[in-house]
Amino acid sequence: MWVSRLELRDFRSYESCELDLSAGPVVLVGPNGRGKTNLVEGIIYSSALDSHRVHGDAPLVRTGADHAVIRTTVATGERSTTVEIQLNPGRANRIQVNGQAVGRTRDVVGIVRSCVFAPEHLRLVKGEPADRRRFLDSVMVQVAPRYLGVRSDFERALKQRNAALRSLVAAPTREAEAVLAAWDERYAPIAAELAWGRYNAVQQLSDVVVDAYRRISPQDDEVTISYESAVPAWHSREELASALSEALRERHRDEIRRGGTLIGPHRDDIGINLNGPPARTHASHGEAWSLALALQLASFDVLNRIGDDPPVLILDDVFAELDEVRRERLLDAVTGAEQILVTAAVAADVPAQLHARSLQVTRVDGVTHIE
Amino acid sequence: MYDGAMAELIEQLGRLPGIGPKSAQRIAFHILDADPDDVARLVDAVREAKARITFCSVCGRATETDPCRICGDPRRDQTIICVVEESRDVIAIERTREFRGVYHVLGGAISPIDGIGPNDLRIAELMRRLADNTVGEVIIATDPNLEGEATATYLSRMLADLGVTVSRLASGLPVGGDLEFADEVTLGRAFAGRRSVT
Repeated sequence: MWVSRLELRDFRSYESCELDLSAGPVVLVGPNGRGKTNLVEGIIYSSALDSHRVHGDAPLVRTGADHAVIRTTVATGERSTTVEIQLNPGRANRIQVNGQAVGRTRDVVGIVRSCVFAPEHLRLVKGEPADRRRFLDSVMVQVAPRYLGVRSDFERALKQRNAALRSLVAAPTREAEAVLAAWDERYAPIAAELAWGRYNAVQQLSDVVVDAYRRISPQDDEVTISYESAVPAWHSREELASALSEALRERHRDEIRRGGTLIGPHRDDIGINLNGPPARTHASHGEAWSLALALQLASFDVLNRIGDDPPVLILDDVFAELDEVRRERLLDAVTGAEQILVTAAVAADVPAQLHARSLQVTRVDGVTHIE
Repeated sequence: MYDGAMAELIEQLGRLPGIGPKSAQRIAFHILDADPDDVARLVDAVREAKARITFCSVCGRATETDPCRICGDPRRDQTIICVVEESRDVIAIERTREFRGVYHVLGGAISPIDGIGPNDLRIAELMRRLADNTVGEVIIATDPNLEGEATATYLSRMLADLGVTVSRLASGLPVGGDLEFADEVTLGRAFAGRRSVT
């Protein structure tokens, strides 16, 4: 799969932008702050309906504009498909596929498939659990789009349950207990469903991450990843749902004291271990980079397996962060992609053996030029 | 922008549910262009409806008579109560002509984030209707969304010890639709609620 054309309107710094792209490696070169990453961010949003840099749609709309439009055309074999997303912060986004309106957001997921490597992903190893959950969700949603709906149901059920907990704390009546119990019954299966989806995404990544790490790292380390949940052992979604209900009962007093839901996928994490101890605390900067790249590479492998053709690979500003050995190893590892979009501030950072077509991104009088 | 009477009209229209600023503006211009008699009929209809329609003291639905046409109908089976969220749900079920019992309108669903609890709904009224043991079955027909399901769960627990049969409306595949177009949640529920045909 490759992106043949990208059009942006009022997206990030772009008032309007039209860009024709070719298959194979393409490098977008230009000093920082000229809008290179904004270009690839448009493609990333079209595939996962989420940015790799910010949460929420508001920052993606150009200041002063009411909405933004991203139109991405991808070629798969002989066929070409155009996905148009109108971003309406605070309201539902409008999505069209080849000019036809799409009712459900998740119907668009999977048309544009992309896999991104970016400096932000260093946070996968060293950052907060939320960073890892987000990465995991982007894989999970592209593998099984229905999880977009599961996640938004879960977020709503969590809010409702937290509100029910708070009213119980404010006024501990039998009725408030009963309302919380009713929400527990709704919350547990949805929480289990989302946790099960994330757990499966980790299992899929776990199968390939070891090999991916070997392809990236010069050292012979042992990598393991696992889904970390406050709910003890479970082997099926049903088991998980009942274990979750049980855990909610056990932690009832703690939850009352803390005034929030303590059990559920919003508290879960991916455990990344390097030769035993957690990488979060024990990995060096270089090891953390190798791990982050290996996780990304694993997600590329997972996404590559589910479709008829490989996803678009986006290397956003990564080469500058890597030493010579890792640069070359990364290049060797991603040869499967039909299109590789690279952004770099300096052309010299991009290895010459990529043989990429180069596009200069410059900004004159506030208008970005790409040639 | 508009000022005076036009601004006031657009603002008032814009406060209606489902009407955004653009629709409000379009309706306002439509009213300006309309025949004065048509406008007078609209105004009268709004005023009349507001003046004459009250809520049934038994089931709680919007009605002009009290008790409402359904609650006062001797042919309806008073031993079966169908519990719904809103008055408009009653109309939807009536259109099926399948149900010959009576209704109970809750006036919403339990939603802690909106501050709506059992006391804000007509649940106490429902319990009073069940107190004399004449009702044998309660059908819970709240919406099949998170809040509707939570309300159904709450109600079924409340009713569990009363000795009435409590049922929940089935959810599943739409009639006349194609299986391939059903979403996974609906299809999943349809599987969970499958019936034996042998």
